[in-house]
Amino acid sequence: MRTALSFAVVILANAAGEIAITRAMKQVGEVVNFTPLALLRVLRSAIRIRWMWVGLFLMTLQLFFMLMLLSWENVSFVIPATALSYVVGALGAKFLLGEKVSGVRWIGVSLVSIGVALVWIG
Amino acid sequence: MISKTHAAKTYIMLVLIVFFAPIGDVLLSKGMKQVGEVPDWSVAALIEIFISAFTNSTIWLGIGSLLVFFVCYLLVLSWADYSYAAPASAMSYVVVPLLGYMLLGEALTSIRWTGIIFIFLGVILVNCTPHRTTRRS
Repeated sequence: MRTALSFAVVILANAAGEIAITRAMKQVGEVVNFTPLALLRVLRSAIRIRWMWVGLFLMTLQLFFMLMLLSWENVSFVIPATALSYVVGALGAKFLLGEKVSGVRWIGVSLVSIGVALVWIG
Repeated sequence: MISKTHAAKTYIMLVLIVFFAPIGDVLLSKGMKQVGEVPDWSVAALIEIFISAFTNSTIWLGIGSLLVFFVCYLLVLSWADYSYAAPASAMSYVVVPLLGYMLLGEALTSIRWTGIIFIFLGVILVNCTPHRTTRRS
């Protein structure tokens, strides 16, 4: 039970955290200037957006639960199961960020998800 | 229509992500092995581990690599879809076992080869879709 619950937290917090960070970065706007000074300015505006902090919090939560899972389960069981977060992330991107996830992209995301699981099982 | 410069900067960021994320992980794990196992969970032991971890150059190189990875990921997400960038960065799971196979002669099981092929095909398919499907603000 605690394993299943922790898996759910890891998968959901990872996807939700990255979606929150994506929302923050879209708010910052497309980066076109890559000089060190411009990049520092980008980071400064990013940390002023609430979604960035929501994302960082969720990713910290994910890391915490991941470490807990790894302390009582094998890495070759933990990582393959969390590969599902690619699919959950694509769902979130579609419904929360309004991205258009076409059939081709869905197949691609699913293949990546299965592939990551297999690489870790193998 | 995605311009050539737009596509070029996306690919440059993805290449940096795919290399720096695993390099950072490997360096951190190598650094922590140099630091040694946590002997017990007493405060004194933990402080000692922290001090030796943060004075270890391999660990700093690892942290630096992961920072490069994270900044590149943030940058690519400022213009590309999350449902494009996340699966595309999974190429790092292909790069690490392949580098191990080619440079260190590490054996790859058939399951792992199948996984590598799946990721590769998946990333190719995702890459056939537009990098950005949302409106620019």
